[in-house]
Amino acid sequence: MTGMAIEILLVEDHPGDVRLTQEVLKDFKVGNTMHVVRDGMKAMAFLHRKGKYADAHLPDLILLDLNLPKKNGSEVLAEIKADKDLKRIPVVVLTTSNAEQDILKTYNLHANCYITKPVDLNQFIHVLKSIEDFWLSIVKLPTSKEV
Amino acid sequence: MQPKDVRILLVEDNPDDVELTLRAFRKRNLANEIIVARDGEEALAILFQGGKESPRHRAVDLILLDLKLPKVDGLEVLRQVKSNPETQPIPIVVLTSSKEENDLAESYRLGANSYIRKPVNFDKFAGVVMQLDLYWLLLNEPPPKK
Repeated sequence: MTGMAIEILLVEDHPGDVRLTQEVLKDFKVGNTMHVVRDGMKAMAFLHRKGKYADAHLPDLILLDLNLPKKNGSEVLAEIKADKDLKRIPVVVLTTSNAEQDILKTYNLHANCYITKPVDLNQFIHVLKSIEDFWLSIVKLPTSKEV
Repeated sequence: MQPKDVRILLVEDNPDDVELTLRAFRKRNLANEIIVARDGEEALAILFQGGKESPRHRAVDLILLDLKLPKVDGLEVLRQVKSNPETQPIPIVVLTSSKEENDLAESYRLGANSYIRKPVNFDKFAGVVMQLDLYWLLLNEPPPKK
């Protein structure tokens, strides 16, 4: 269950969260690539390989914040899960909201899971490590390439 | 991240794998209730107790689903759960020994929340169950109960 080269797309506008996620995930496995886009429009441009993202590869896993500028995370999720080529990519929703209506709405849009970002820094690091353990070593991703 | 009171539906026909999964969960000492269905038909009967229109879907918070099952196979169970708006939010983790690429692609296409290949070795399998438990029962926010 090791030795995969994984590409992750992080959709997050908050610079601190971006930085922390990059720091935590880069410590672990060599060969993983993380692409960052800071709003919903850019996320869709990346996934449809438009404009400056023409050479982008489809990611193996998407980490998606819900509160995003330009196009919010729910719209991005709905578009991904309605697209026959994109829908198989697991989407981990990672957000500060723990409102029941957001959780249910997100599952109704076919999110693969829903994780509340802890406010506490150490707990947030722990959450990021757990996401990595689960999705990058336990789970078989749809596009996993054995290397 | 407090442990949540959850009920798991394990859909697995191989008695050894059922025993291993239950044992691995017991090792974690959690009081989660685990319901076992031995084939796809039984799983659907549990999930759709009130009929297709008003299934008592809240009975289950997480489904661990094997693919190779008697009567109704796992992909069909997955398709039915994920195409019914009442049961669609329930997370389904496919836990299988299948090495077929098609099962992997088809499971995600039908809306599986994650796909895990069962390790053959018990210790490794217990490790996977532990991770499953940590991830789905502690980290993840399950769909709210009605």
